[in-house]
Amino acid sequence: MTYVAVAVAVLLIAACAMALVRIVRGPTTLDRIVATDVLLAITATAILAEAAFTRDPTALPVLVVVSLLGITGSVGVARFVTKEKP
Amino acid sequence: MTLEGVLDTIAAVCMITGALLSLAAGVALLRFPDLLSRMHAAAKPQVLGLLLVLIGCAIRIATVVDITTMVLIAFFQLATAPVAAHMVGRAAYRDGQTRTDLLITDELAPHLDKFGDRSAERNGRFTANPPAAE
Repeated sequence: MTYVAVAVAVLLIAACAMALVRIVRGPTTLDRIVATDVLLAITATAILAEAAFTRDPTALPVLVVVSLLGITGSVGVARFVTKEKP
Repeated sequence: MTLEGVLDTIAAVCMITGALLSLAAGVALLRFPDLLSRMHAAAKPQVLGLLLVLIGCAIRIATVVDITTMVLIAFFQLATAPVAAHMVGRAAYRDGQTRTDLLITDELAPHLDKFGDRSAERNGRFTANPPAAE
């Protein structure tokens, strides 16, 4: 199971790095918001994987809040995004 | 192989598949050309990746209370992800930030024409390149 944990961690870290590159580069605000959503999903996946590998369910209520409130950032920014040069 | 070993193997396969979906979304965020195709790829870890890791987690932590929490997590994620994607896609289309030269068909434009909503056109929706700011 340790090898599986290391493999999952490496994959998730690589995915996080690529989403961060898109947040830094991404030409418009909406690109950054989409990349931020992906980053949040990857973080939730990482917390779940940690809970699974240690068999420790302490962090699961945090994920309920994250999955409920993760929407607010993208909805708020999408409401107020205006015309800008791409 | 014992039952526990079989269950652990299933959980490991689920979690590695979910992590691979996250990696695919990361690659797609870097490689895909415009916002709508990036949104298409971004939904994979939000829905399928999280569900696969939840299944793996539920196999590893097999108590009723925690599985109820995981069902709640899956439900909230499935309920909120489409709303956020809808809002972002709508803002992008209205603001003229999608690339029309990459679209095969645009079924929304004739409807907006019919109802006299020209705000998308004002924002450079129907030109190949958005006009420079006046």
